[in-house]
Amino acid sequence: MDYVLSLLGPLAQGAKVTLTLFVITLALSVPLGLALALARISSWPLLSGAVNGYIWLMRGTPLMLQMLFIYFALPFVPVIGVRLPDFPAAVVAFALNYAAYFAEIFRAGIKSVDRGQYEASKALGMTYFQTMRRVVLPQMVSRVLPPVSNETITLIKDTSLIYVLALNDILRTARGIVQRDFTTTPFLVAALFYLVMTLILTWFFQNLEKRYAKHDD
Amino acid sequence: MMISPNGATSDRTPGTMISARDIFKSFGSLHVLRGVSLTLRKGDVTAVIGPSGSGKSTLLRCLNHLEVIDRGTIEIEGESLAAAGAGGASKYVPEAEVRRICRKMGMVFQSFNLFPHMTVLQNIIEAPMTVKGLSRDAAVPKAEELLRKVGLLAKRDNYPARLSGGQKQRVAIARALAMEPDIMLFDEPTSALDPELTGEVLRTMRQLADEHMTMLVVTHEMGFAREVANHVVFMDEGRILEEGAPAEVFGAPAHARTREFLAHML
Repeated sequence: MDYVLSLLGPLAQGAKVTLTLFVITLALSVPLGLALALARISSWPLLSGAVNGYIWLMRGTPLMLQMLFIYFALPFVPVIGVRLPDFPAAVVAFALNYAAYFAEIFRAGIKSVDRGQYEASKALGMTYFQTMRRVVLPQMVSRVLPPVSNETITLIKDTSLIYVLALNDILRTARGIVQRDFTTTPFLVAALFYLVMTLILTWFFQNLEKRYAKHDD
Repeated sequence: MMISPNGATSDRTPGTMISARDIFKSFGSLHVLRGVSLTLRKGDVTAVIGPSGSGKSTLLRCLNHLEVIDRGTIEIEGESLAAAGAGGASKYVPEAEVRRICRKMGMVFQSFNLFPHMTVLQNIIEAPMTVKGLSRDAAVPKAEELLRKVGLLAKRDNYPARLSGGQKQRVAIARALAMEPDIMLFDEPTSALDPELTGEVLRTMRQLADEHMTMLVVTHEMGFAREVANHVVFMDEGRILEEGAPAEVFGAPAHARTREFLAHML
């Protein structure tokens, strides 16, 4: 028991890295995903085509590859080449990757809003922008909560991929201790950390859903 | 109600609210409107009747730009919405102008199209606040007045999902009226309702007609067309076959298709 308690300190340090990556990724990829979704449904074929290609690229290659590329290869790319430190490189890769998934979720949510809602808004004199902001997006939000919750839970576990940039998140910290102490207990404690975070997320989204469901009964 | 002989001249007589001339509209190879001309004067209550697929709903939707016409002209209260452009195709005024002109018309849909995430009151104050820039304090009393008028003030804080079809449609009417339109367009407002709920909606519409609102009503309610409208238009296959006072159209239809249709409906 004392041994388990002694693990909490180092793993909490790792959790800080995990959670920082998680929060920054969400804060960047949700708005970016929304922008991509709106661009994807735009009537301008060049824009929607470009976004389509972007989504294909981001969903079509492993996140780990994207992270390695941004950290190791991006500095050598002409014009846009920048050298990013390890953590920012991970943040950029995660945000760009998750934005692509969120874009498709948001697009599905926007598409699910009835055409009559657009017509009613237009007949009342609202512009496209006003229609989106006041009528379509609020309805989209309640419909995408389940898949967004799913995606968020995946993200909290995907953060463990940053071990490839030698960043000490929960899992890499645990692995370090496992190798040092010749016991697998740290893995179990790490699993508990993930489970608790997932539990909190699940609870959070269930409450959001309840709040948004009030007009559906 | 006048139709100019060649259908091309602009109707600028005072009191003309809607003047549509020679409207053509196709969806792909389907010709939905084939040269329809329609005039609405201030205070007119015009009922458009006809079989399904005759183009009556499309005509209504063309008037407030929910559909874009291929050929023809539309003027709303003397202002051009769509004019004849090069090569015969219609040319619309710029988008902001279209929006401004179309705000003179309120629209009520068959499927209500209330905003489900807003309460009844929020549904009504939304456009006055967002579009007209009214403050909440100014918009709410007006909305409550309209709700009282349609008999639903008690439902102001309910969400649409809690209302019956008839109540939803009355809220939709109040929502359209909140923008203070000069003309009200009704697209089969009672077709989605259970028969026992149509009465309350028709009563609200009759009340509006009594207040001299200019109304264009696409409907299958022959009773309403006969009793409330002062003008009836019969459409078939994208054309207006016959129009006139209700007594004429219902009492002595000139066209065989009209007689056939009315025999089915009555």
